[in-house]
Amino acid sequence: MEKFISHTGTGIPLRRSNVDTDQIIPAVYLKRVTRSGFEDGLFAAWRNDPEFVLNKPEYAKASILVAGIDFGTGSSREHAVWALQNYGFKVVISSRFADIFRGNSLKGGLLTVILPQAEIEALWGAIEQDPEMPIAVDLEKKSVSYKDREISFDLDDYTRWRLMEGLDDIGLTMRNLDAVEDFEEKRAKFKPKTLPVLT
Amino acid sequence: MGKTLAEKVWEDHVVRRNVGEPDLLYIDLHLIHEVTSPQAFDGLRLSGRKVRRPDLTLATEDHNVPTLDIDKPIADPVSRLQVDTLRKNCQEFGVRIHSLGDVEQGIVHVVGPQLGLTQPGMTIVCGDSHTSTHGAFGALAFGIGTSEVEHVLATQTLPLAKPKTMAINVEGSLKPGVTSKDIILAIIAKISTGGGQGYVLEYRGSAIRALSMEARMTICNMSIEAGARAGLIAPDQTTFDYIKGRPHAPTGTDWDAAVEYWKTLKSDDDAKFDKEIYLNADELSPFVTWGTNPGQGVPLNETVPNPESFDDPEERTAAQRALEYMGLDAGTPMKKIKVDTVFLGSCTNGRIEDLRAAAAIIRGNKVAENTRMMVVPGSARVRLQAESEGLDKIFLAAGAEWRSAGCSMCLGMNPDQLKPGERSASTSNRNFEGRQGKGGRTHLVSPLVAAATAIRGTLSSPADL
Ligand code: SF4
Repeated sequence: MEKFISHTGTGIPLRRSNVDTDQIIPAVYLKRVTRSGFEDGLFAAWRNDPEFVLNKPEYAKASILVAGIDFGTGSSREHAVWALQNYGFKVVISSRFADIFRGNSLKGGLLTVILPQAEIEALWGAIEQDPEMPIAVDLEKKSVSYKDREISFDLDDYTRWRLMEGLDDIGLTMRNLDAVEDFEEKRAKFKPKTLPVLT
Repeated sequence: MGKTLAEKVWEDHVVRRNVGEPDLLYIDLHLIHEVTSPQAFDGLRLSGRKVRRPDLTLATEDHNVPTLDIDKPIADPVSRLQVDTLRKNCQEFGVRIHSLGDVEQGIVHVVGPQLGLTQPGMTIVCGDSHTSTHGAFGALAFGIGTSEVEHVLATQTLPLAKPKTMAINVEGSLKPGVTSKDIILAIIAKISTGGGQGYVLEYRGSAIRALSMEARMTICNMSIEAGARAGLIAPDQTTFDYIKGRPHAPTGTDWDAAVEYWKTLKSDDDAKFDKEIYLNADELSPFVTWGTNPGQGVPLNETVPNPESFDDPEERTAAQRALEYMGLDAGTPMKKIKVDTVFLGSCTNGRIEDLRAAAAIIRGNKVAENTRMMVVPGSARVRLQAESEGLDKIFLAAGAEWRSAGCSMCLGMNPDQLKPGERSASTSNRNFEGRQGKGGRTHLVSPLVAAATAIRGTLSSPADL
């Protein structure tokens, strides 16, 4: 997982509430055998509509999704996080996220930031006025800033530390490889191995 | 205070323990198949990681594979892609794989025990919920998700919260014609499909000790259907005899050391379970499901229940919905229900003993008109063994279909599916809506009931013949 210390990019206003994971990525796109390439399924049902924000050229480079309340409800599919990341999003900002989605996102290195709904509205307005406006999300300071505004947000220390160190669950366990090796030293010799193949 | 079997195996695998964090457990054997592994391998590739212990990892192709024309390319492009991807991943990461056509290919939960890789006291995981099967050997075995598959591939460990323990005591002896499948269906009907949630189940008592290894696997297999992630049985002489001489069984002094350790693997007399339930084996008779979850079952001699008979309002609505989907009327004797397809197979009942038991009933009989019987061995080895005993001839002479190994109609990911409205008697483990094909209606049964049903065309027990 990449380290996340701060990210500066442009935003995209998704003025919809209750976007569930089936809308983020419909089930028909889940057959893929890779962890990449899910960007084409992202918000698939809406992508045919030329008026949909993701289709607007001024937001083509956006890396910060600013969404309505209750983002990521529904099925627990991890693909929803992968689809957002594959598309190029580094941060999603909303006033409320579904629990499982938020858990999946923070485990997978997609930063989900919770701001009050009034701040979301203000941010939407600012982005729509100037799509090129840089937004800075800083984990060290736990703040989102644009123009002359700086808004702080909450994140528990453990998750913040993990993101800043770039450690997913696997990365964390990798830090304990000594303990794993010690354990392996003491493992009983009679335990079976799949290799070499015996018949 | 003493420890339960599950606690002993757990404690023996703790790599790291910190207050407020899940335990980090070492995994002795990781089984993989084509459906739940591709993203895990892709994740390894994306982060430049290797498979830490290819020598504790084994792959087989089972969920998607056809059971006919296995020498030809797989027709369905999605299935073919998944299988090809597994082959490429195994080659790239140095993982042993048993592909279609290989003599060791088969359902992952049939192959592990058959090779002697499943042994008492191990931790075993697989991206498949029926991994609980391996608990029959006194191993702690459970299904995991794709992110966890990646975690195990990369580290050979898994962070896990310790489950509670439940003892399921089955005393007495089974009447002829009653099998371990009937025991587990009766248990699930008793504790419901959510009753085991958060627990590891330990099946014990004289009726369990009397079972063969394969019959024990049938019980542990369906632990997940009671909501439990794992179920296990203490190893004994039956277990040791089954393992001895298998390709990956310990030999020489290793064997002696192993058996000495295995003998310690039982719940201490003063161990406390979080919950205990009791079942009398003498009272059991062949069991069959009438609804759309494995807890909706009754003895075969009874009738389709009336939804009004359920006190719990949720159960009542569930029963109503199930009867509608199943096309059944309350009060119909189960034995009057006509069956279109009999499926004998799956990781629940696709082993050699299951085929032998069914063949003994089928021998000299014919599959009823308008009924179809599909026999799908759980592994290529099981198929070969059955053929060497002439079982294939018995099934074929009766008009049944003799197929190659795989999951097949257990989940209908390959072409082996029920048509809408078709009714099956199936030796598999899940009777969910659409599980065996869109609109298909499933009755879960034992291999004995499956065979008798094939002959009569209606749900039947061998005693009805
Ligand atoms: S036979 Fe059925 S339950 Fe067993 S592994 Fe295959 S699909 Fe799963």
